[in-house]
Amino acid sequence: MSAAIEVLDLRKSYGGQEAVAGISLSIEHGEIYAILGPNGAGKTTTVEILEGFRSRDSGSVFVLGSDPGSLGIHGSAWRNRIGIVLQSTSDAAELTVAETVHHFSHYYTKPKDPDSVIELVGLTDKRDAKIRTLSGGQRRRLDVALGIIGAPEILFLDEPTTGFDPEARRAFWELILALKAEGTTILLTTHYLDEAEALADRVAVINAGKIVEIATPETLGGRHLAKATISWSENGATQKKISENPTQDVIEIAARFKGDIPELTISRPSLEDIYLTMIGGKE
Amino acid sequence: MRQRESVIFTLFFPVLLLFIFGSVFKDTIAPGVTFSQYFVAGMIASGLVNSGFQQLAINIPIERDNGALKRLRGTPMSPIAFFIGKAILVFLSMIIQVVMLLAFGALFFHLHLPHSGALWLRFTWLVLLGSACSTVLGIALAGIIKSGRGAPAVVSPFVIVLQFISGVFFVFSSLPSWMQQFSALFPLKWLTQGMRSVFLPANFASQEVAHSWEIGKIALILIAWLVAGTFLAMRSFKWSRQ
Repeated sequence: MSAAIEVLDLRKSYGGQEAVAGISLSIEHGEIYAILGPNGAGKTTTVEILEGFRSRDSGSVFVLGSDPGSLGIHGSAWRNRIGIVLQSTSDAAELTVAETVHHFSHYYTKPKDPDSVIELVGLTDKRDAKIRTLSGGQRRRLDVALGIIGAPEILFLDEPTTGFDPEARRAFWELILALKAEGTTILLTTHYLDEAEALADRVAVINAGKIVEIATPETLGGRHLAKATISWSENGATQKKISENPTQDVIEIAARFKGDIPELTISRPSLEDIYLTMIGGKE
Repeated sequence: MRQRESVIFTLFFPVLLLFIFGSVFKDTIAPGVTFSQYFVAGMIASGLVNSGFQQLAINIPIERDNGALKRLRGTPMSPIAFFIGKAILVFLSMIIQVVMLLAFGALFFHLHLPHSGALWLRFTWLVLLGSACSTVLGIALAGIIKSGRGAPAVVSPFVIVLQFISGVFFVFSSLPSWMQQFSALFPLKWLTQGMRSVFLPANFASQEVAHSWEIGKIALILIAWLVAGTFLAMRSFKWSRQ
């Protein structure tokens, strides 16, 4: 079976400015793939081309085997297999949650059960509330409910947790992992590193319309090979040691103390450190 | 449609106007014809413009700005279903408005309901053709308007001016001839003239600018606008702000 999404040398300019400057990527079925990058890096433009909302200047794009730029009469059948959660929406304010989800279920040939989708996104308490009364996080969960109601094979999530409180984000991540467990392919754009780290099987870092690197969150930027920093307290001061072999070094330090090493930490560069180096180096 | 204030205001505004104008201007403009009768005919034509053209040209840009249209475009729903849905919504609100105007006009302002089957038939095709025209032109203008916030400021004055120059608020034959010729470019003038042919006595035709109701011409011009409006709507419609 071919890849769920196949993009080769995608380009798109706005008024002479290249927003997407030659992006290639391949996303497997059942994978959570995160596109990470600063604001204005070309994330949304890329995703909206894949969703069929924008035209491209050049390059080839296949989503579930079809070109979203020339769907013609197959558009409806193709859209029946994908789910889209846009960046921000504020529509249908006067309808209730249940009415909206039930209504959208009629657009798809094999929808999920609307009530179980409402349950899945945690809006059962709010099912009879008008949409305009929802909080930002609840509104976003409704967006997700409408994105998954058609039981999509591919789900596009464009910055899904912007404006969430930490608890709501955790709950949201669990929802996304549950969808992955059902076999949904998920393409996620985000500028939150912890989100990419918690969810993604692979991460593409893009900056200024180009891919900087594609890797798993653990190996991005050679993070797994990076040296560890050991830090502890000795003789009334904080000591630091950059180490290639932290286990051995810690045993040696421990020998100088009778028991615990005071204030011991061993750290490797965080995804954030790596990421900032990557996009900083490109600017 | 769930916004009660907006629904009530939209539906009752023409009736309110009818009440004010009908109560103030009680003059007789021709033997057996009062201004309020003349005005009711014009308001029925205006009702078609308000609930179609004006509503769509204002609401579609708002729905485009808040992401509703883009979200719909991302579903398997066919665009044709969307436009049919809009047309049905418009048509229902037009029917309610026309019935209210007919009832108020007949009860309080001596509006004579059509007395023959032929006139009812003419009224029916005028309503159908007028509402179709109003719908496609509203969608066409919505495609040209850039932002939902600015839409009412563009659309409302346009509609009000059109009503003034098309023989709704003033007797058309009393307007300066350059204004008559200018308004003849737009469909509302023809729609109001058609409605007068239904609701005013047959001999009032001699008071019209052309000394005739020009029924055939009305049909042709409305059909031409319908075709042009459909073409423009298909060209200009956008599902999202770019």
